[in-house]
Amino acid sequence: MSFDNAYEALTEDNDARWAFGTGFADPLAGMDTTVPSTVDATSLAEYCLHLGDDALIMSHRLQDWCTAAPELEDEVALANIGLDLLGQARLLLSRAARADPSLVPPVPQSEEDALAFFRDAHEFRNVRLVELAGDFAFAMAQLLVFSTWRLALFTALVSTEDKVLAAIAAKGVKELAYHRDYAAQWVVRLGDGTPYSQERMQAGLDAVWPYVDELFEDSAHVRAEFDSVVAEVCEAATLRVPVVVMAPREHTEHLPAILAEMQSVAREHPDATC
Amino acid sequence: MLATSVGTARAVAETVTDPELPMLTLADLGVLRDVEETPSGVIVTITPTYSGCPAMDAMRADLMVALHRAGYPEVDVRTVLSPAWTTDWITREGREKLAEAGIAPPGKAPRGPVTLALTAPPSRVACPRCGSLDTRLLSRFSATACRALRQCGSCAEPFEHVKEI
Repeated sequence: MSFDNAYEALTEDNDARWAFGTGFADPLAGMDTTVPSTVDATSLAEYCLHLGDDALIMSHRLQDWCTAAPELEDEVALANIGLDLLGQARLLLSRAARADPSLVPPVPQSEEDALAFFRDAHEFRNVRLVELAGDFAFAMAQLLVFSTWRLALFTALVSTEDKVLAAIAAKGVKELAYHRDYAAQWVVRLGDGTPYSQERMQAGLDAVWPYVDELFEDSAHVRAEFDSVVAEVCEAATLRVPVVVMAPREHTEHLPAILAEMQSVAREHPDATC
Repeated sequence: MLATSVGTARAVAETVTDPELPMLTLADLGVLRDVEETPSGVIVTITPTYSGCPAMDAMRADLMVALHRAGYPEVDVRTVLSPAWTTDWITREGREKLAEAGIAPPGKAPRGPVTLALTAPPSRVACPRCGSLDTRLLSRFSATACRALRQCGSCAEPFEHVKEI
């Protein structure tokens, strides 16, 4: 391929040279997304939206660590974990949109873009855990709780009736296993480190804990596994598993700020991607 | 699945290389799942390595271009998520090409229930430069989602390792 000027090169369709293309194709391209007759399409869509929003907002939180993590290796690791979750979010938002198109805001953008960029905070279904921000110890506690819960949930979803969701879950399990190990190893390193690192790590766990109960409101079946993994990590890390009451139910004040950052370009330039 | 397809469209698709590991073809990597010639065109099926693999669009575009140039005007590139990609699908030839490029190929992928690893597992990864097994994990995540970063204790060189999944 050769071009007379850079503008021509940029505007060519299907150009694979610009950081993996100038557009994002449908992540479910060519897949059979028919909802099984025994599954309620709206419930399936709402559930996928919830799982997709969790991944989308958590991914955004992890991206905050780009240029801010303690070491370059951890910056790369957190960006990679964020990328895995962004991929899960794309698949899940697309799955939600195919199952029940009435959930998608009526804008010309692709279904996943419409859901990510053209809903307001009160329409997001994510758990509040993923909205929170703090220091590195807090981030590791947050990632340990999130990936332990999600790994247990996805492991159970591998045998769910909807084949698309089951496939997304089976793929996610492999990724989440790496995410959980990464967070667990940091929690052990900091908890079982110096008295000062232990104090910071315990503070991180304590700050995350009011948001744990919410995770199990519609997934009580994986609570036992979650508790057992967290207990194992905390024991190795010489930390106590906190006992606290659940935080208030509303989205935290962080969410509108996250969305303002994430959505501003798409809303300012609605024709940029379609 | 692979055995049912015939024809030269498959041969063309098998020449397309991976955008991030250009020493490997998509077939070497195991992401090219099927190539089928039908009366209405060629149907190519690919699977992502990781959910967030940003190279899927580039793979799709490269497959389209290669097949168009080979005289197949109608090409449909489809995604399949199940069964999920595993490094066990990287061919023997693919593993040799990785090693030649200084990237340690993956060992056998873990099977069965997921286990929690609180410490890095003992090294079974040989340094692609000097062959020493005395290598340590620097980071499980590297330039791409599928690679980990390791360092050799014998020759001190850092190197990448396609981690088992």
